[in-house]
This record gives sequence, structure tokens and C-alpha cells, in this order.
Amino acid sequence: MSNHPTPSNFWRWFDPRNRQIGYWAFILNRITALGLTLYLLLHLIALSQLSQGAAAFNSFIAMAKNPVFKVGELLVIAAGVIHGLNGIRIALTSFGIGTRYQKQSFLALMAVALLILFWFGQIMFFGE
Amino acid sequence: MNVEKWKVTFVVSRQKNQEPRLYQSFQLEIDPDEYVLDGVERIWAFHDRSLTYRHACHHSTCGACGMLVNGVEKLTCITSIRSVTHNGGTLKVEPLRNFAVVSDLVVDMSNFYTHLEAAQFGQVASLAQAALPHDADTRSVTDGEFERLVDCIECGLCVSACPSALTSETYYGPAVLAAAQQAFNQSKNSALIHFADQHDGAWGCHSAYECSAVCPSNVDPAWRIMDLRKKTLAYRIKQLFRK
Repeated sequence: MSNHPTPSNFWRWFDPRNRQIGYWAFILNRITALGLTLYLLLHLIALSQLSQGAAAFNSFIAMAKNPVFKVGELLVIAAGVIHGLNGIRIALTSFGIGTRYQKQSFLALMAVALLILFWFGQIMFFGE
Repeated sequence: MNVEKWKVTFVVSRQKNQEPRLYQSFQLEIDPDEYVLDGVERIWAFHDRSLTYRHACHHSTCGACGMLVNGVEKLTCITSIRSVTHNGGTLKVEPLRNFAVVSDLVVDMSNFYTHLEAAQFGQVASLAQAALPHDADTRSVTDGEFERLVDCIECGLCVSACPSALTSETYYGPAVLAAAQQAFNQSKNSALIHFADQHDGAWGCHSAYECSAVCPSNVDPAWRIMDLRKKTLAYRIKQLFRK
């Protein structure tokens, strides 16, 4: 059979070519979930610096103020917001609520996500 | 009458006896208002008699000619060449995904048909039950005594487009679950709820909605799967209070 759970078929999950909005939402939800899981791991590694004393943690915090880290943090926020909002959409449509409007609801929620990210970005890069 | 002709390169997937897939190109001069299936038939008739493909009715009723056309699931008998390529362009024709390839463009759909039977797929339904509830009511007769063929033509395009079916051999797939939903609406047979209420059933859907996007026949399998989930949940809650 061609539909074995093989690694190559798994990677095809992430192929957006020739697919439509519902599928892009499907891909985006998986990418953001993997991103958040990776972040959790990095977060735990960062926190483990605490066990090496105040100096080690303070130097890590100083490094985290680097703009590259801030972009990374914004990506984490993006993943959380997109995954959360898309998750609400999936939870509702999965039980027949607004199923027929899944495309429109995805586009509307992603517009909301952009606004939220714009707000966060402003605070993080230009705020006090 | 002067018929417009396009030069189109058909790139056709060839695979025999489980050997690795190869792609063979055929140059055709063809009327762009003909259908992709016409091009495939022309290749078979004038270029290579060993090419195998499925077809029957040529008017989107039998569901036999589903293929991937430039990467998208299409019923090739109603997909005009004009709609998928351009003059001088290429047109890639491959077998449906998520089914084993028997030969060239022919896939093994026996499991699919077995599952459809298990879902008590009915070929006909009353005029009201054959339609989706959100369809505009175009019935000229509304007394419920008349039946018509249901919309699903068993083409398998939805299975080919489904990411859940891509990584699971046992997932029933959109058409089968849509059939179970429709059969349950007609019979209220709780066995169909038990059929759907499993990991390989309605809960195996990952909500990508690609099945409804490619369905050529207004079945809207994604909507029916979600409706089936709702009905399954309602049934389970009722069972809790009966105990």
C-alpha cells in the first residue's frame, strides 16, 4: 500500500503545493506545535542555568536581551497565538460549529493573530 | 469550423509490477476544450497501447477516472485541458495517492469498496436525504416518495487528498465516513455510530478539509464527518443517562 506511516509520507504532510486553505491551516498547526515543543525544551535548558548559580543565569539573561533572541521570542508568541486561535477554530468546526465557514474563520483568525503580533512586536522592540 | 489546437506535453506516470515509477512524455496536439481523459485515451489509442487507466461513463457519474492532474485530484472526464494547462504547457497525470498502484494510472480500490459496504453505503436516498441540509432546496416534488442517486460517485479523490489516509492504512477515509453519516440519517442504525466511533473512524480525521475541496460531486465529506462526530457524541451522552 502507498499509505504506510513512513517518514516520507509524514514529510508529505507538510507539502502545501496544490492544496487549499484548510490544508494550509493543518500544516500551520503542526509547525507551530513542533515549534512550541522545541521552545519548551529550550526553555527548560535555559532555566537549568539557575542551578549553576546567579552569575551563570545573569549572563544568560544578558544574552537573551540580544535582538536575535527577541525575534525568537516573537516567533514563540506567534506560534502560541496562531496555534491557540487555530485550535479554537478546529475545536469548534470539529463538532459541526461553523464547519462550512472553516476557510473564512481561518483567514479571520489569522488576521487577528497578525494584529496581536504587531502589538507584541511594538512593545518588544519599541516599548519601554 | 476552425477548431483551436494546443500543443500539450502529457507527462504520464508509468508503473508496472511494483517496479519504480517512471514518467513518460507524450506530445499531443489537442483541442483545449477536450478533457484530460480524452488526452489519456488518445495516448493509449495512438501512442502506447500498454498504458492502463480506468474510465467508463465519461460524464462524471461512474467515478472511475479519478487521477492526479498537475498534483491535484481531478475527475479527468470533466477536467478540461484548458483549465489545467496552457498552449505549449505540460500536463502531469498520475494515479491517485493513498491507494496501491496496480498498473500505470490504475489503483487498487478494493479496500475502499469493502469499507463503503461496511458503512452501509446506499446508492439511493429520498430527495431530501440525498441532499446536504445546507443545499438550496431545488426539489420540484417534496412529498418524500421519490428517490434519487446519492451524490457520492465512489471516485476516491477525497481519500487521495486526505492527510490522515496518507499515513494510515486502516483509516476509513472521508467517503466511507460520509456514507456512514448518510446511512445513519436514513436508518438511525446505532451500529453505524459504533462503526464511526473509533480511531480509524470519525476521530481519525485531522480537519484539513481537503476532501471537501477536491470532491467533484457535492458530498462535502468533511462536513459529514463533523456531523457524524456530533451524532456520535450525542449518542454516547444518551447512553450515559440510560445506564
